[in-house]
Amino acid sequence: MPRDLCPPVRVQIWLNGASLEVPEGTMASTALLAAGVPCRISVAGEARTALCGMGICFECRATVDGIPHRRTCQLPCHEGMRLETQP
Amino acid sequence: MSSIPTRHSEILVVGAGPAGLAAATAAASTCAKVTVLDDNPGPGGQIWRSGIASASITRDPARDAAIRCFRESKAVLLAGRRVIDAGPSQTLRTFVEETGVIETFTWDRLILATGARERFLPFPGWTLPGVFGAGGLQALVKGGYSVAGKRVVVAGTGPLLLAVAAHLQEDGAQIVAIAEQAGLGSLLPFATRLLSHPAKLVQGARYRAALSRVPYRTGCWPVAAEGTAKLTAVLLTDGSKTWTEPCDLLACGFHLVPNTELAVLLGCKLKDGCVSVEPTQETTVENVYCVGEPTGIAGLDAALVQGEIAGLAAAKAETQAKALFKRRDREQAFGKGLDRAFALRPELRTLAQPDTIVCRCEDVRYAQLQSQPSWTDAKLQTRCGMGPCQGRICGPAAQTLFGWQNTSIRPPIFPVPLSALISEPNSRETTQLQETL
Repeated sequence: MPRDLCPPVRVQIWLNGASLEVPEGTMASTALLAAGVPCRISVAGEARTALCGMGICFECRATVDGIPHRRTCQLPCHEGMRLETQP
Repeated sequence: MSSIPTRHSEILVVGAGPAGLAAATAAASTCAKVTVLDDNPGPGGQIWRSGIASASITRDPARDAAIRCFRESKAVLLAGRRVIDAGPSQTLRTFVEETGVIETFTWDRLILATGARERFLPFPGWTLPGVFGAGGLQALVKGGYSVAGKRVVVAGTGPLLLAVAAHLQEDGAQIVAIAEQAGLGSLLPFATRLLSHPAKLVQGARYRAALSRVPYRTGCWPVAAEGTAKLTAVLLTDGSKTWTEPCDLLACGFHLVPNTELAVLLGCKLKDGCVSVEPTQETTVENVYCVGEPTGIAGLDAALVQGEIAGLAAAKAETQAKALFKRRDREQAFGKGLDRAFALRPELRTLAQPDTIVCRCEDVRYAQLQSQPSWTDAKLQTRCGMGPCQGRICGPAAQTLFGWQNTSIRPPIFPVPLSALISEPNSRETTQLQETL
């Protein structure tokens, strides 16, 4: 069956405590972007989101499943994943 | 507890982008035992980054064929691993983020295919949500971010801008402007050179045709990104007049910077910021080869043939490797043309204002850096470059703004949690990393 005709499998994740469904394989960084949720708050208090998209800049780091400093642009969403803005 | 036995490979490749895949496939074709390490979740690197199944990404036959050949070869890909350290006795150490484990690999021959990153230059508002790298936004779209209906300005410099704009448009974005900082005077000689690379000319023409309704301005660059909580407009200038371009997203990158950190850590010599290599792609360190963008930004075709040469040379199939030298030299010459055509104009050094953040990890502002005499002083006095990206973003920016050279590369070359280092067991030898700590 052509790819476009297969409904994508969806997984449930948690974004700052709110439940959300995203297509399987969605990068955690893009789930945050789509929801308008910052990945982290910078030293000076600015909201930051992904910049380089390829694991270099570390702007997309967030707390994932309780572990801080995870680069969300290299991390596909999995069922039950908990994403939190990193203070 | 996080101990894993050391693994040995005849040929170890770092990076599963086009160059690394070509190297591994070629080396494995000679029956050598080949392992490939990569930081990303899957093969392809950046330009061949795979999209999620639901993203509407056009299939790339060249990519699919290369990945199929790689999969059919005996080479093994270990993804999701960041190389953090190069120890003595031909060892590399990687950190597996998923498991928190540090692994050790040993090699007889090592091929570095560490790729490139985008160059970012600071301007007011560049830290706002809604501002991305050009390749950065494309990577995020491949990761499932929808740009459908969004107004996007694509700005900066390099051949990547057109490709990114075309892909974003295909994904439903409304490209409101493409601002290429290089002037027509430097682009025209480059366009003429393209005549001797017909495939590239056709590809460029295809992008341009797809974007026929989008203004492509040369000699035009961003001076500020506007908005409070997020981006609402970009201020563009052509040097004489400045205007506001309302938009939702800005995709902005100033060509590419080679990732040379691992090569430097291994002791490989650089020339003009790129890894110095022999015709066989061997570096100044014996048995260490380097391919693709770290040896000079020259694009996909150069990366593929360099990879193949290194793979064959490392597997001692020198005659086969030699047959490819001519093609490689031609592709590298194309890269030199890129450097000239997309050289940064001096005005870009004046975009940052005193309160503009230069180092995004530590929020160090331009005014704090102005009085510093060197990169080392800037690090010590302001913490510029001391955050998790280790100066990968602000280093090249500071080099452009202040002419500073970043010469010190120390392990770990990517951040590692202390818990992983403490529980890291195995090696009886004292590694360079442990000495540093």
